[in-house]
Amino acid sequence: MRYLPKSPAERERMLAEIGAASIDDLFAVIPAEYRLDRDLDVPRQQAESEIIDYFRSAGAKNATDYASFLGAGAYRHYRPVIIDALVQRGEFLTSYTPYQAEITQGTLQAIFEFQTMIAELTGMDVANASMYDGSTGAAEAVLMAMRVTGRHSAVVASAVHPEHREVLATYLKYRDMPTALVGYDARTGRVDLAALEAAVTDETAAVLVQSPNFFGVIEDIPAIAAIAHAKGALLIVSIAEAVSLGVVRPPVEADIVSMEAQSFGVALSYGGPFCGVIAAKEQYLRQMPGRLVGQTVDSTGYRGFVLTLSTREQHIRREKATSNICTNQALVALMATIFLTVYGKEGIRELAEHNLAKAEYAAQALAEQSGAKLLFTGAPRFNEFVLQTVEPPVLWSKRLLGEKIVGGIELSRWYPELGNTTLWCATEVVTRAQIDAAAKVLAAGLVEA
Amino acid sequence: MAYPTNYRYTREHEWIALDGAIGTIGITDYAQNSLGDIVYVDSPKVGDTVTANATFGSVESVKAVSDLYSPVSGTVTEVNEELKTAPDKINEAPHDTWIIKVELSDPAEFEKLLDAAAYEAFISEETGS
Amino acid sequence: MASDPTNPQNLPGPRTNGKVRPHQTQNEGLVFEKSSPGKRAYKLPPLDVPAVDAAELLGAAHRETPGLLPELSEIEIIRHFTRLSTWNYAIDLGMYPLGSCTMKYNPRVNEYVARIEGLADAHPYRPESLAQGILEVTDLLQRCLLEITGMDAITLQPAAGAHGEFTGILLVRAWHESQGNPRRKVLIPDSAHGTNPATAAICGYAVENLKSNADGGIDLEALAKQVDEETAALMLTNPSTIGVFESQIHRIADILHAKGALLYMDGANMNALVGKARPGDFGVDVMHLNLHKTFSTPHGGGGPGSGPVACKAFLEPFLPTPLLVQKEDGTKGWEYDRPQSVGRVRAFYGNVGMFIRALAYILANGPDGLRQTTEDAVLNANYIRKKLEDFYELPYKTASMHEVVFSDKRQAANGVKTGDIAKRLIDYGFHPYTVSFPMIVHGALMIEPTESESLEELDLFIDAMRSIAREVEETPDLVKTAPHSTRVSRLDEVGAARRPILRWRP
Repeated sequence: MRYLPKSPAERERMLAEIGAASIDDLFAVIPAEYRLDRDLDVPRQQAESEIIDYFRSAGAKNATDYASFLGAGAYRHYRPVIIDALVQRGEFLTSYTPYQAEITQGTLQAIFEFQTMIAELTGMDVANASMYDGSTGAAEAVLMAMRVTGRHSAVVASAVHPEHREVLATYLKYRDMPTALVGYDARTGRVDLAALEAAVTDETAAVLVQSPNFFGVIEDIPAIAAIAHAKGALLIVSIAEAVSLGVVRPPVEADIVSMEAQSFGVALSYGGPFCGVIAAKEQYLRQMPGRLVGQTVDSTGYRGFVLTLSTREQHIRREKATSNICTNQALVALMATIFLTVYGKEGIRELAEHNLAKAEYAAQALAEQSGAKLLFTGAPRFNEFVLQTVEPPVLWSKRLLGEKIVGGIELSRWYPELGNTTLWCATEVVTRAQIDAAAKVLAAGLVEA
Repeated sequence: MAYPTNYRYTREHEWIALDGAIGTIGITDYAQNSLGDIVYVDSPKVGDTVTANATFGSVESVKAVSDLYSPVSGTVTEVNEELKTAPDKINEAPHDTWIIKVELSDPAEFEKLLDAAAYEAFISEETGS
Repeated sequence: MASDPTNPQNLPGPRTNGKVRPHQTQNEGLVFEKSSPGKRAYKLPPLDVPAVDAAELLGAAHRETPGLLPELSEIEIIRHFTRLSTWNYAIDLGMYPLGSCTMKYNPRVNEYVARIEGLADAHPYRPESLAQGILEVTDLLQRCLLEITGMDAITLQPAAGAHGEFTGILLVRAWHESQGNPRRKVLIPDSAHGTNPATAAICGYAVENLKSNADGGIDLEALAKQVDEETAALMLTNPSTIGVFESQIHRIADILHAKGALLYMDGANMNALVGKARPGDFGVDVMHLNLHKTFSTPHGGGGPGSGPVACKAFLEPFLPTPLLVQKEDGTKGWEYDRPQSVGRVRAFYGNVGMFIRALAYILANGPDGLRQTTEDAVLNANYIRKKLEDFYELPYKTASMHEVVFSDKRQAANGVKTGDIAKRLIDYGFHPYTVSFPMIVHGALMIEPTESESLEELDLFIDAMRSIAREVEETPDLVKTAPHSTRVSRLDEVGAARRPILRWRP
């Protein structure tokens, strides 16, 4: 087998040195009744060309030539090619967690740069070295707020990504930590502030909102923060579309920011691996889960970087750990770091403005069609919008597919009260031609209806 | 290092000095030596209650965390704020660096603790020396 | 010329006695320190729609001050990260003898296929009719993993091993709740990985430690005493963290099952079992796998990983939602209507990019390759054990499987600890083994070579460890102050923890 660097003669030699008659001797410790005496029933060994053919045909079945207006927590952005050129270097790809700092300064410095950029973009003091993804990051942020405040309940906006809320519910399932759900304003799509005020009590550890929220609407963070802080609760802002930070003001009033950084150069890959990150105000540092890289010096005074504050982590505290997280997402965080370095200070702003422009054009083009209406126009939004149609989406989306267009996602599965509505996303990779084509298909059907 | 004879000690390596009803609590030289360089101290707040033999905080080094067990029951009257920026003082002068001061609810608890000689004997047993 | 033990060939520059030499010559600052206003590495295509006035459109939500991201040109970025990469050790350079990490070769075809269009750019919400390819890949991986583990049902949702543990214990709890008594505690051997007790606590269970016996395995008598009607499960790693197969595992399972408790297996050490034994066959009820260990997906400097959870049929209803199913029309899809499910442990479906890589690995091996891989892994570990047992103390005499644990007892007599030996190993061109773990061994040296190491590399490693053992006798200070050949010497971790500097500031 071509990954195994042994010749049969070498194996024999090694067995002789060990004093074993055959390799079976080394497995004798497994009781006979458990030893497998047959081949595993998996596909036979494949040549490299066969493996590539298999995955290519799988990829082909996934229809690569469709235009897509899908967002909802996973965003299609252009990935500069130097990202893959760099992360596929063996020294990054095949390196281990940087516990041995002297021989992993590359990884450590890159993570330090990541932490800095995330803190800068989010307006927080510190950021960690990444979490699994935005959904688990949000759940971990709520747990963090509970540790900080010593309180045991949370208030969550319903316009937080439904799957993020499901994850939070699972994390809190067996911990006697109730959550209250607060709805959204029908006109703006923002969290209902009056309802929020009523829901937050002296027992609330955290208020969790998303901005831009699931509807693409940007929340009024200062107002929400005031409500949370008045009762001593922490404000957690979850960010699903990281590119928004190029043009949307960072949630500086928040105590904790949980972000999904997938938009920063991480491939969609049918939903994973993605790149979560938690950032927070300085005073909450010791309750932050996940790895942290800190700057220090070596014995000659040379600047270097190390994993630090590891006592928060599982391998030291064991059952008192702040979280059980072990892996982070180092390689995808590196992709994000490179992406942000490529775009830089001006580029991230320009990129965000392009997204804004595309979504604005798409929103208007689609809403112009009779039988279609834009919802939540009472508040600013980023690159997503909600469209309500007279005709049920299931009908016109079929027609769109016929034109090789994947339209917005139906919201009725999560927000049945919204009726025939869909969530659309237009990033910088969506073209005017695609938008016009989608509008045409929509128009055709609606006129008929 | 000699263990002050006017202090009392616990098997978890805390020391306590008593002045009237106020107990001053820290960790022993043995403890700081086992932990290594101390980087952080997690202390309770003034007004918190502490219970004898229950944890009241923790002490962290780079690689280890150690719970702090209260020798006595009572209310926290003072917390050593210096330890926020200079936790290494515990390593330098463990018997002169206090962590919290407590008003004892039952001053008689003090006498029940190990005296210096008994504590030193206990350490010898532990280390086999 | 007096011979320098760290440089027997008198080579100039950075010194390693092995083959890997770190590239010290470039001093590369932080990316922010190279930034200058006006430099740029990007160019967006011209807008084909009308431009918008962001400030007007967003109002109070508009960002006034851009984030302080660096401004560099493309060549500076390529050089920056390339230089950084040269400071890293990696599997592509040499062996990582890290116990329970299974640092095996990360096949390049995995990277190639993971980037195939159609797979890499599939949006998770695309209609299922347009996602059949990726669903079939997922399905095939699931079936292979079930065959390998001998279990009945599986979820690929968890993002990493620890996440998988969390999911597994959630399943345990959900099942107990459905039986009417959630129970109170989880038993964990004192040799366990730190994520095990942390996970139990997060699921609302108290942790009770189980002492290991003299052979480093589970003490059956102690277990029988500790298991009661309040025990939810035992979390076991098999082979254990000292590399020993728990030969009494079926009796362990029986003791647990008799009291209605479950057996959870941490699959971190599956590299000793694939193709040779199946956890489902020896009484395990639920377990997690680490695709980034046993199944060759790359560590990437610390992640991403993937932690599938496989279970017996009775736990299937509780698996996270959604579950991959075959629909009536023969196509594949996601089933969301699962009333007993524990819920979701993450958004979407899992680290699909890692599924692709793991499946590519399984296909490249086939049944014979997988078996040979496991055999070579165990052969390599035993070879190292044989060649080093006269130099380092072997605390447990039971047979090792894919990893061997020594202790630093002999070296401690000269004031040298396992951590020092590990740092000195760096000077010989190797990454250290796992230091000070498992905790049941004082001063542990935990070594797992994996099957990816040639005889030549193993012999170099053995020579290095023997040489260090000699150095401990003759020149212990050399070992205590190691490493000497790296770009930075030992870093001040205490300072980093006392006064954390976690970001650059202008």
